[in-house]
Amino acid sequence: MVAAILPLVLDEIVLRRQGRRILGPVSLNVEAGGITILMGPNGSGKTSLLRAMHGLERLSAGSLHWRVPEIETRARQAFVFQSPIVLRRSVVDNIAYPLILDGMSRKAARALAAARAEEVGLGELLGRPAQVISGGEKQKLALARALMREPEVLFLDEPCANLDPRAMRDIETILRKAADAGTKIVMSTHDSGQARRLAQDILFLCDGRVIEAAPSDAFFALPKTPEARAHINGDLLP
Amino acid sequence: MNDILLGLAEAARRVVTLDPDLVEITRLSMAVTLSATAIASLIGLPLGAWIAVHRFRARRLVIAILNALMGLPPVVVGLFVYVLFSRSGPLGVLGLLFTPTAMVIAQVIIITPIVASIAHQAVRDLWADYHDLLISLHASRWQRIGALLWDGRRALMTASLAGFGRAIGEVGAIMIVGGNIDHSTRVLTTAIALETGKGNFDLALALGFVLIALAVLVNLAIHYGTRTERSSRW
Repeated sequence: MVAAILPLVLDEIVLRRQGRRILGPVSLNVEAGGITILMGPNGSGKTSLLRAMHGLERLSAGSLHWRVPEIETRARQAFVFQSPIVLRRSVVDNIAYPLILDGMSRKAARALAAARAEEVGLGELLGRPAQVISGGEKQKLALARALMREPEVLFLDEPCANLDPRAMRDIETILRKAADAGTKIVMSTHDSGQARRLAQDILFLCDGRVIEAAPSDAFFALPKTPEARAHINGDLLP
Repeated sequence: MNDILLGLAEAARRVVTLDPDLVEITRLSMAVTLSATAIASLIGLPLGAWIAVHRFRARRLVIAILNALMGLPPVVVGLFVYVLFSRSGPLGVLGLLFTPTAMVIAQVIIITPIVASIAHQAVRDLWADYHDLLISLHASRWQRIGALLWDGRRALMTASLAGFGRAIGEVGAIMIVGGNIDHSTRVLTTAIALETGKGNFDLALALGFVLIALAVLVNLAIHYGTRTERSSRW
């Protein structure tokens, strides 16, 4: 039995760039299960927090602890970027890539990737160069690729930004399915409607700090901070 | 103008009749240049990719040196290889001076910085696109380099072709280390230099046209073989 990698504990983490604090101090626990959504205005630190949790940023201060040694978590977590990064390969080879990195044969990896592509609605595009598919399809590809290792934690940075409602619905369906299968989803969004539809928990960030953390229902029913209230109401802040 | 026309006619005659001398020096030219290009690519492409991916203290210095070496004077390289392989030189015991092998070595030294430098530029741009993804997927350093070399193969082919272009037209270094010996180390460029010196301009021009045609044909063959410049490709 392999030990679960969650909870993830953030202890007073801080990120600075060129002397300027862009995140923190942030302390929180990311528990297993469900969908946690990061909300907040532009520049509030959502992307930086996601990247820090995934290990893409070097901490300026504080520490971050998984339940198991960090090296063991690497292949058990995945990240989907706001602008999907696609390899200059076919759709199926993009999706198969994580398994090939793990040493699986190309043929076996492609077979599993084809099945995953079918699940996310890319079954018709397997042999198509990934660079020529649409933005929504690229995001589905990135999501399918991230799910190939069946991660315990999936971080997503505004995965539905710039997508039309239909593509957004498809992505949300895939995310719900992954969450139901046991993957912890931690994602950022600007879309309050999407947060209401998906989230079990909300982390609201402002000026690099988590100023409100609450179950989704409670957050939307009774936001505690004026910033969160304004954000939910769509008020224009100075 | 008359010399050029005579040169064209002479080139056509020798190609059509498969002139044995022309075939011999063309074959040697191709063997030396393709060998040098292959070896330089094996060294230069991974080196360029490695420099693009790896952060180390002297990185800028290495890149600057590599770029500077792109303009390495062939005569100096020839002299260096000559001294290295001359009978009294440190590698004289190998007996490689005035052999096609010495010519290949000289060409490899000349074109490897070109291949590596162009490869570095191409891979650096691709690495900027791929960086976050490959780090996120926890690809090892060699897996990252592998992905960059594979996905950037068409741009990297340009690096190899630039090396080929430089090598096929090279004369200074291979003249020194090869000696332009008939039926042994004579290649198209050294033959052109010899015939020009003898005043045989039509023959020199004929060899020149063959040389240009070869360079174009090799480039065409590689572009056709790798299916570049086709719609719906990246």
